[in-house]
Amino acid sequence: MSIVLTRLDDRLIHGQVVVGWVQHLGVKRIVLVDDEVRSNAWEQELYTLGVPGDITVEFASVDEAVQAVRDWNADPTRTLLLAGRVDAIVRLCEGTDVIRKINVGGLHEGSGRTQRLAFVYLTGEEAEQLRRLHDQGVEVSAQDVPTANRAPLKDWA
Amino acid sequence: MSEPLRAVIVSHAGIASALIDAVKGIAGDASGIVAITNTGASPDRLCSDIGAAVGSGPAVVFVDMPGGSCLHAALAELRARSDVAVVAGVNLPMLLDFAFHRELPPFEAAERAVAAGTRAIRSVTLSAG
Repeated sequence: MSIVLTRLDDRLIHGQVVVGWVQHLGVKRIVLVDDEVRSNAWEQELYTLGVPGDITVEFASVDEAVQAVRDWNADPTRTLLLAGRVDAIVRLCEGTDVIRKINVGGLHEGSGRTQRLAFVYLTGEEAEQLRRLHDQGVEVSAQDVPTANRAPLKDWA
Repeated sequence: MSEPLRAVIVSHAGIASALIDAVKGIAGDASGIVAITNTGASPDRLCSDIGAAVGSGPAVVFVDMPGGSCLHAALAELRARSDVAVVAGVNLPMLLDFAFHRELPPFEAAERAVAAGTRAIRSVTLSAG
């Protein structure tokens, strides 16, 4: 199991991920799963800027990730999967049986979303999608940084 | 006399506003220097906050880290602006240099602020006795 964390975070690669989780878990590869970033070289360069040189960053569309996730998990490189959209995580989980745990790290306020935790805002549809994953046996919990308490889905959605 | 060059500081938590307080305390004036925090802000809102704070004229945007949400938002929002310089790794000596050179064009002000901020980072040891 070399996918050591699958994280839902709309800021994608940022301080909590690079300074917090990458160091805490000894991550050596970050895979950013996002259709838009995958097709935008400029965005990719931007997301790579803040990552230490010994960490590899790869970019995948959701479809590419579904195809590759078994290989990433079998590879000894400690890997963090990162997506910014609930629907991307749902497609990833439902397209493969490899992902059994989701860390919700930050979904900020936006159109139609209501606050669930200090760092989690969801629309009704997004909450329903996460509950569906839970019902399929995927453990969904919220935790922004490694030192924080983990809040199970039932407490906030 | 033209308006002093505008600056926007974008940071995690309250660093930006604390830096402005410090500039005010040391240089006496920090008008036209605006603080933005990423706390609680979605990526879209952080971009629009930065755009609104910069306005339509020349400016220097200082962000706290060379990577992460603040730099990402600044570059995404301002990529088409040739009159705005973006600097990562803001510190107080950098801002104090900026505060005293606000008559310069943005890229010159940014360049010398970076030099001042970089010079200020050093390991300090005292010889015994």
